[in-house]
Amino acid sequence: MEFDLSKIPITLFIFSLIVGLFSPIMTWVERKQSALMQDRIGANRAEILGIRAIGLLHPVADVIKMITKEDTFPLGGSKFLHNIAPMIAAIPALISFAVIPYGGHYQAWGADWTLVVADLDYGVLYLLAIGSIAAYGSIIAGWAANNNWGLLGSIRVSAQMISYEVCMGISVVGLFMVFGTLKMTDMGIAQQETFRVLGFVEHLGWAQAGTAWVDFVKLPMWGIFLQPLGFFMFMTALIAENKRPPFDVPEGESELVAGYFIEYSGMKFGLFFMAEWIEVVVIAGLMTAMFLGGWSVPYIPDATLVEFFRGGVGVNMANVFAMIIHVLIFFTKVISMIFFLQLIRWSLPRFRYDQVMDLGWKILLPLSIANVAVTGLIMLLVKEVTG
Amino acid sequence: MTFGEIVHLVINEQNLFIFFSTVAILSALGVVLNLSNTVYAALSLVVSMLALAGLFVMLNAEFVGVLQVMIYAGAIVVLFLFVVMLLNLRGGEMAADRQPFLKLVGAGIVIAATVKLTSLLGAARSNPSGIQKDWMPVGPEFGSVRDIGLVLYTDYLLLFQVSGILLLAGIVAAVILAKQKVD
Repeated sequence: MEFDLSKIPITLFIFSLIVGLFSPIMTWVERKQSALMQDRIGANRAEILGIRAIGLLHPVADVIKMITKEDTFPLGGSKFLHNIAPMIAAIPALISFAVIPYGGHYQAWGADWTLVVADLDYGVLYLLAIGSIAAYGSIIAGWAANNNWGLLGSIRVSAQMISYEVCMGISVVGLFMVFGTLKMTDMGIAQQETFRVLGFVEHLGWAQAGTAWVDFVKLPMWGIFLQPLGFFMFMTALIAENKRPPFDVPEGESELVAGYFIEYSGMKFGLFFMAEWIEVVVIAGLMTAMFLGGWSVPYIPDATLVEFFRGGVGVNMANVFAMIIHVLIFFTKVISMIFFLQLIRWSLPRFRYDQVMDLGWKILLPLSIANVAVTGLIMLLVKEVTG
Repeated sequence: MTFGEIVHLVINEQNLFIFFSTVAILSALGVVLNLSNTVYAALSLVVSMLALAGLFVMLNAEFVGVLQVMIYAGAIVVLFLFVVMLLNLRGGEMAADRQPFLKLVGAGIVIAATVKLTSLLGAARSNPSGIQKDWMPVGPEFGSVRDIGLVLYTDYLLLFQVSGILLLAGIVAAVILAKQKVD
């Protein structure tokens, strides 16, 4: 078992980007976007020497507040579990970005770069496994507090997590079937292709093979176009696993005060929130890598992009340019996805607890199983027709 | 000595094996010996499962390792915890229900397992490479998702489907039981 030390730079890059940049900025996005959507001014009070920087200093103020706050401990609770629960909540969020590729494969100056920390054969399964452990932080936190609100929150977390794990796993099976892989980099490569949307017209005999208008309408082979239902079901399940509104019944302020983290203060409380915001970034990254084409530019495969730069600047710099463009494209998609998730978060009211359970078991689960069957049928038909 | 060599000195196959197996055994003991607090016992079970998953990954059985985490650590023990919390058992309420018969069965299983393990260790010592004549060598793809899928859907298709029907029967039974209670 050898350790690949050349992975350290890309690991540090993605880690510092997620923890150091995305996670604090998410607190600002949360405030600013809600203010925009509710027609308020919002998040503009924190200032240093009169510089307010459109509220960007609020994350700094947050951190200072949380670190200097008194760390309280509930009477009669379990001190050990109370202390490790925030860590257990934060670690899965931190390690799950490891399998998400934020760029393709590049060769420059004799070195190989694959922009993913761990290119696992079973990448998506790893993420599902990590996601299923993430529940423990919240479950332990609520139980260790010796508080009935906290305990109720824990019970709701465990029920919700188990319910949505099932449909989360099954809703992406269709995607595995279409791409024929569980490896996230292979999925990214597969999504660089394009397909003719109207190709079926030829096979039905409504147009001759090679008709211009049939060939013209092409879509990139993104997961969202091949598995539209899978996209929405997977996203719903992920938001539910993330415990954010409209699925925030475990922490619903108006019912359970604060749910499982009711007895936490200071930075331990902050760690729960950090985990939640990192999870939002992970969800956006996961959706991008699996359904939105990953790092690739639509209609332009990686090789074409490198070839385009190659004439002007040589092979090595062409690879570097392509890498920069791909990383920027990936994070542009991630940021748009985050805005979309925040849009959902501020638009929908909280579901009632029984509605959450009904949605998971009676709607999403049957739909996701039907999705698998229909995907298999269509794949068989396509194979039959095209040979 | 380069940085890579120092890292390899600390994190190598042997040390990882020692780490994972020690954690697995200690936390398994924690499950059995923690009679006063069911939640602690369930949490020890999770740690034990995770350590076992680490051992599976080291044996090239990554798929089994991931399933171990996803299904046992991630779903089944969460269900255990859910039930324990729902009943809100605290401080040895379960201890009164312990049956001497189960203790005897448990002791029997432990003795049988110890005897079997000792004989296996003896066999391993007399034949260190551990390769027997009728054992098939495994390919480089061994343990990958594709390989397991191929074997499951060709050689063991019938068994696979039978176990699926068994699970379905279990689900139907659970639904019927739950319905009866409501009516």
